Amino acid sequence: MGQGWDTSPKSDALTKQINEGREKKKSSLEYIKKNYILYLFLLPAVILVFIFNYIPMYGVTIAFKDFSPLKGIMGSEWVGFKHFIKFLESPNFHQIFMNTIKLSTFELLIGFPVPVILALMLNQVRRANIKKNIQLVLYAPHFISVVVIAGMTFIFLSPAGPLNVLLTLVIDRPISFMSEPEYFRTIFIASGIWQSAGFASIIYVAALSNVDPQLHDAATIDGASLFQRIRHIDLQTLKPTMAVLFILAVGGIMTIGFEKAYLLQTSMNLPASEIIDTYVYKRGLQAADWSFGAAIGLFNSIISLVLLVTVNTVVKKANGETLY
Amino acid sequence: MNNNLINNSETDKVLLFINKILLVVVVLIVTLPLLYVLLGSFLQPDVLLTKGLSFDPKHWTVDGYVRIFNDGSIVRGFINSILYSTGFTLVSVGFTILAGYSLSIDNLVGKKIIMLYFLFTMFFNGGMVPVYLLVKDLGLLNSPWAIILPGAITVWNIILARTFFKGLPNELKEAARIDGASDAKIFISIILPLAKPIIFVLALYSFIGQWNAYFDAMIYLEDKSLYPLQLVLRDILIQNEIEPGMIGDQLARAELQRIAEMIKYSAIVIASLPLMIMYPFFQKYFEKGVMVGSLK
Repeated sequence: MGQGWDTSPKSDALTKQINEGREKKKSSLEYIKKNYILYLFLLPAVILVFIFNYIPMYGVTIAFKDFSPLKGIMGSEWVGFKHFIKFLESPNFHQIFMNTIKLSTFELLIGFPVPVILALMLNQVRRANIKKNIQLVLYAPHFISVVVIAGMTFIFLSPAGPLNVLLTLVIDRPISFMSEPEYFRTIFIASGIWQSAGFASIIYVAALSNVDPQLHDAATIDGASLFQRIRHIDLQTLKPTMAVLFILAVGGIMTIGFEKAYLLQTSMNLPASEIIDTYVYKRGLQAADWSFGAAIGLFNSIISLVLLVTVNTVVKKANGETLY
Repeated sequence: MNNNLINNSETDKVLLFINKILLVVVVLIVTLPLLYVLLGSFLQPDVLLTKGLSFDPKHWTVDGYVRIFNDGSIVRGFINSILYSTGFTLVSVGFTILAGYSLSIDNLVGKKIIMLYFLFTMFFNGGMVPVYLLVKDLGLLNSPWAIILPGAITVWNIILARTFFKGLPNELKEAARIDGASDAKIFISIILPLAKPIIFVLALYSFIGQWNAYFDAMIYLEDKSLYPLQLVLRDILIQNEIEPGMIGDQLARAELQRIAEMIKYSAIVIASLPLMIMYPFFQKYFEKGVMVGSLK
């Protein structure tokens, strides 16, 4: 940019712009009239998004009010930041906030590289049909529902379950994994990797299949070892995809896995398993503390938004890849 | 890849061998838990709890499955889930395709503003409580529409559809337009037949997503007769509730516990089997879906 400035006198340019504007307006109306069907196509989606996305954005103002269903959103009194302060000052805040941050950060840091590594490993399988069959097997857990995954987790980790049967060969007493807070994060992350790493590797496998095999041959002739070729050819190929997926993952960090976390919660493991979203559900909906719930939810959305924008900027600077 | 022509060094060969072993381990990690549940569902519960897996036919039973089918809740859950997932897929894919097509047209007046209108919802949302209050105010509590409508439109899917339509050759539309066909006619007779792959991909994702979801149903539905499969499963697997129809007659507490354990295994198998059997047939569509998504 910086080149191609309009060199004609200012007034000329201005009248031209105004005329263009008028013409544009006129032709726009004509266009809309002629192609009204295209706008009709958009209507259902626009209406649904307005109702279920935009109206709740207005509804979230109850976070700054003492909402009572009798008075409605308009009629309820403004109370400013009362509910936010109540949350920040509550004795649970530190624990719930840190649980959320720890759970999602560890999940991202540990879970993110696994599909990449799987794809690099699969890429070394020469026989196409074997590779395809392995992939097919690895996809399977993705199609199991989160309720079933949680149910299986309870079965496998129960004091009489198979894992404890194996463990009691080494230790003398079974561990009740689901009642001990210290195991919660490991269980959550491990079951997540088991379920989704295979399916998540699809995109990387596809990207790797686009690498020109001659590149590898040439590198091998030049004496590059397998590790060197993976590092300099395969990983470089995956970098843009990884960047985009990483930004998306960070943007979703505050909301990820909340449905599973709720299922895996037991009254005993709450000190590690209570996260912001499960707390919003319990306080906001179950206990009908509407305004307080909405305030915590809003607090969470704002953190997500800030994270998304920050990471996008950082990755853009470092890598040239961006989400929007 | 045709690296076979070139001799890998000794260390590379060792690495490739280790890679093979690791992949076998990965495959075992994924399959063994699934096989364990499958085998466990056919075992007498006391054998499973005391001895673990057994291949002795004397210990086998289909009692768990019989009990599940004697009670109507899982079957009803299946029917409800089919209805909800189908309804959700129709609404979601239908409206998404229509919107995606319009937004794919380059000179659509106001395209930028409309796109922004959709994109904004990706970055900010009201959250669980305001959406719940809205659904309540609309009178949709305890109605299947509460599961179908709120999540039907996702921006990401509109972008997927738009990307697909943008990739179609423009000449087709131009030719039809010269022949005097209207936009609606062009869409129905030319675009839709070409859009089968994206419709299929979106439908697959929507249907499976809804089939496996439980949370919206949990917060919006009260009547047990409306429960989708996943909520029925949640009662059995997580809440340890046994439906009266699964017990039959008065039993001792210990016996009840064993039955509850057995029913869990069978319930997992019955609920997961349909997708486990079907997904391999759709493998190429999932891969296609991921690829369309990666193009932005």
